[in-house]
Amino acid sequence: MNVTITVNGMKHTRDVEPRLLLAHFLRDTLGLTGTNVGCDTSQCGSCTVLLDGHAVKSCTVLAAQADGSEVTTIEGLAEDGKLHIVQEGFWEKHGLQCGFCTPGMIITAVDLLNHNPHPTEAEIRHGLEGNICRCTGYQNIVKAIQYAAEKGG
Amino acid sequence: MSKYVGTSIKRREDPRFIQGKGSYVANLSLPNLAYVAIKRSPYAHAKIKSINTKKAAKMAGVLAVFTGQDLIDGGVGKLPCGWLVPNTKVPTRWPLMPDEVHHVGDGVVAVVAENRYIAEDAVDAVEVDYEALPVSIGAKKTTEPGAPQLHPDVPNNVSYTWAIGDKPAMEEAFKNAEHIAELDLINQRLIPTAMEPRACAAQWNAQMEEMTVWTTSQNPHPIRLLLSAFTLGIPENKLRVISPDVGGGFGSKIFHYPEEVIVPWIARKINRPTKWVATRTEASLTDSQGRDHVTNVRLALKKDGTFTGLHVKTWADQGAYLSTFAPLIPTALYLTLLSGLYKIKGIYGEVWGTLTNTVPVDAYRGAGRPEAAYLVERIVDVAAQELKMDPADIRRKNFISKEEFPYQTPVAFLYDSGDYHALFDKAMQMADYAGMRKAQAEARKQGKVVGVGIVGCIEASGPAPSKVAGALGSAVGFWESAGLRVHPTGKVSLYTGSHSHGQGHETTFAQIVADELGVGVEDVEVIHGDTGRIPFGMGSYGSRSTSVGGSAIVMAARKLRAKAMKIAAHQLEAAVEDMAFDQDTGKIYVKGSPSKSKAWGEVAFAAYTAHNLPDGLEPGLDENAFYDPANFTFPNSCHIVQVEIDRETGQVQIQRYVAADDVGKVINPLIVDGQIVGGVVQGVGQALWEEGAYDENGQLLAQNLMEYAVPHAEAFPMIETGRIETASPHNPLGVKGAGEMGTIASTVAVANAVMDALQPFGVKHIEMPLTPEKVWKAMNK
Repeated sequence: MNVTITVNGMKHTRDVEPRLLLAHFLRDTLGLTGTNVGCDTSQCGSCTVLLDGHAVKSCTVLAAQADGSEVTTIEGLAEDGKLHIVQEGFWEKHGLQCGFCTPGMIITAVDLLNHNPHPTEAEIRHGLEGNICRCTGYQNIVKAIQYAAEKGG
Repeated sequence: MSKYVGTSIKRREDPRFIQGKGSYVANLSLPNLAYVAIKRSPYAHAKIKSINTKKAAKMAGVLAVFTGQDLIDGGVGKLPCGWLVPNTKVPTRWPLMPDEVHHVGDGVVAVVAENRYIAEDAVDAVEVDYEALPVSIGAKKTTEPGAPQLHPDVPNNVSYTWAIGDKPAMEEAFKNAEHIAELDLINQRLIPTAMEPRACAAQWNAQMEEMTVWTTSQNPHPIRLLLSAFTLGIPENKLRVISPDVGGGFGSKIFHYPEEVIVPWIARKINRPTKWVATRTEASLTDSQGRDHVTNVRLALKKDGTFTGLHVKTWADQGAYLSTFAPLIPTALYLTLLSGLYKIKGIYGEVWGTLTNTVPVDAYRGAGRPEAAYLVERIVDVAAQELKMDPADIRRKNFISKEEFPYQTPVAFLYDSGDYHALFDKAMQMADYAGMRKAQAEARKQGKVVGVGIVGCIEASGPAPSKVAGALGSAVGFWESAGLRVHPTGKVSLYTGSHSHGQGHETTFAQIVADELGVGVEDVEVIHGDTGRIPFGMGSYGSRSTSVGGSAIVMAARKLRAKAMKIAAHQLEAAVEDMAFDQDTGKIYVKGSPSKSKAWGEVAFAAYTAHNLPDGLEPGLDENAFYDPANFTFPNSCHIVQVEIDRETGQVQIQRYVAADDVGKVINPLIVDGQIVGGVVQGVGQALWEEGAYDENGQLLAQNLMEYAVPHAEAFPMIETGRIETASPHNPLGVKGAGEMGTIASTVAVANAVMDALQPFGVKHIEMPLTPEKVWKAMNK
């Protein structure tokens, strides 16, 4: 079947299998491998992207369901070579180690701050409930999001 | 003066990760790439009666289907074990099992197809007829009379036994003991769960007869060695193994896995590049797992709390086969740690390495050392409780004091340095330990269930002098290599045999090089993870990268500097002895005449033009070094945790967590703190939630992240970190390992805090994970 999906501002029309996951569409069809896949059951959140402005786990969405939608992946966050404030926060605060969960974490944080620009620590931790990091113990991820909240105004 | 070492510079590798440009194996795209999927056993123990691949082979898009026998006929070898203690019995393990499977998830058939979806469909279409065989699970139960015998060449399912210590001294201590504390405890099975599932890709160059393998490994060179010498049979000089960015390992990506044989074997067979990426369920069923000990521990004491003897008996479940380093973990990385931070004369430890119908067990973050810390620090708490002593006091009473280093324990290790009293002072001050105890007493009066856990843990990191490793059963050496190249324009490339899968080597190692050579950190490129670029290396595990790999870097840098001094001296017409090196600017100058100097760029250019070099000096500025550690390093820690338990639900809430660690000299505090905090949280996972449990049929009950409970952000307060630094005296950087201490200490710290909270209920010990159900039952007996 044909789908047309706008990814990071670029419109792509492709003939896909109805069962193709959005995560695989992004990674294998478009070659946007920044979106990682870390589990089979939508627990880990590594594959989180923005679908029409809302954070979704792209392993739980069919490419067919995203037909006509706009998707933002980690590759689309920086503008004109300038890091997004959340990306900057992750770098400043050592919010990543192996980097595998990082794209999903950053996208989730962007979504969190879109809805709640000045979250408390508890709200940030609650907001990360759908994202698993095995390296950092989350502490510096929380600090990275606090940094972004402060700097992002 | 060091300019970079000791400073928290931001990680140099981060820009690619935060922009989604990490080069993980799963991201690899090759022209004409085919996808491999594996048919796995649903039985824990069964005979393979027949395999029907016809239907799968005929499916559109399927390129080929291979059985275990096909691979054996095609020349693959058995997966070897790289650490054999005397008389180890090694069960046979093929990349795909041809006739009998020994755990759920054991590979049986490999399918290669045009894409992953077709490959998975074809796996479903493969028909395997099994005859179920009796299943044996349980580290100790598997050795008992009546247990099914799993391998004809491993009687009683005991692969090996090992013991260490002074048995007569231990027996004497117990004969004369004024008090004996005793515990039976279980260190439960864990599933490592790096966020990146394992993956492997391969490309065969038929013209050159060269193979390139990309694999999610912590140590690509040893993988190449094993592939070449044992399993794949392609000579090392025709085989390149690349571990690009790897998404966490925690030990589970050290080992040589079947897919690393299957994927390149198929690539050569069909003459197309191939790739396999594990699903999370496959990762749960095939990544080597951790821990799984059944232990009896007894501690002999005087009435005043002085430790006099320790006797430990452990049954360590090794799973279905011996994974690459499996026997190392419960022997030389476990029983050798039984002395903890303490002076105990009579220590004796015995271990039985046993086989079951479960996923193989090998190193998982801490690897043997958390198991040792758990039993030592649990039994010390039990003794303190029975002797009505404060757990901090009983520990401090038995510490090795700082004047006693280097300290020889009765269980082989020579501790290098430490100041345990100062470390405890630091942690207890940070936590306000006295205040915590006071608050606990008051909270108890109000009916609250609150506990404080305090532990002091030892680690042996940076294994090991190669000679010692060889004597203990290792098939490999544990040195590390470094190559340093100053290019003609003065830019520097470091080729390290260590491998970063989250540790930040591209930053830490650049800091070391920059200071040693007096160049900017931005001028140093760190290259790792590729046997085609780095001559040899042993990889990263056991918190060895900086103490062993970093020391090799220092050695290579000092060789370079010595050569640069000769070149500069020659050009400035001075004697080498009269030359000095300014680490700040990187200039080599004549002592007393700083204006007579040469910069790195000038020296390097001269080295490569070779127009004016001292007689007999080789052109070029390129040095290699191999560093074999003189000893392990011995990081140590005092962690204090305060918990509150919900009386109604049994839920444990961590209120405060204080971690004071001595990891020797610190190169990058930001990165070290990140390692400690990440380790603490991972270890708390074992204490409270994680369990790789099997039912009596050998079915793993938690096969994905819906069922296996790893720590989430919401369960934690901010971890408070602090440190003291006692330099390791035997490596040039004075560093000790930093990657595992958090995990080693936090599991037992939380367990001790929970048991402390449950004291009013008469609870001596409950087994991890300390789930609400277990804790609630303990309060409602």
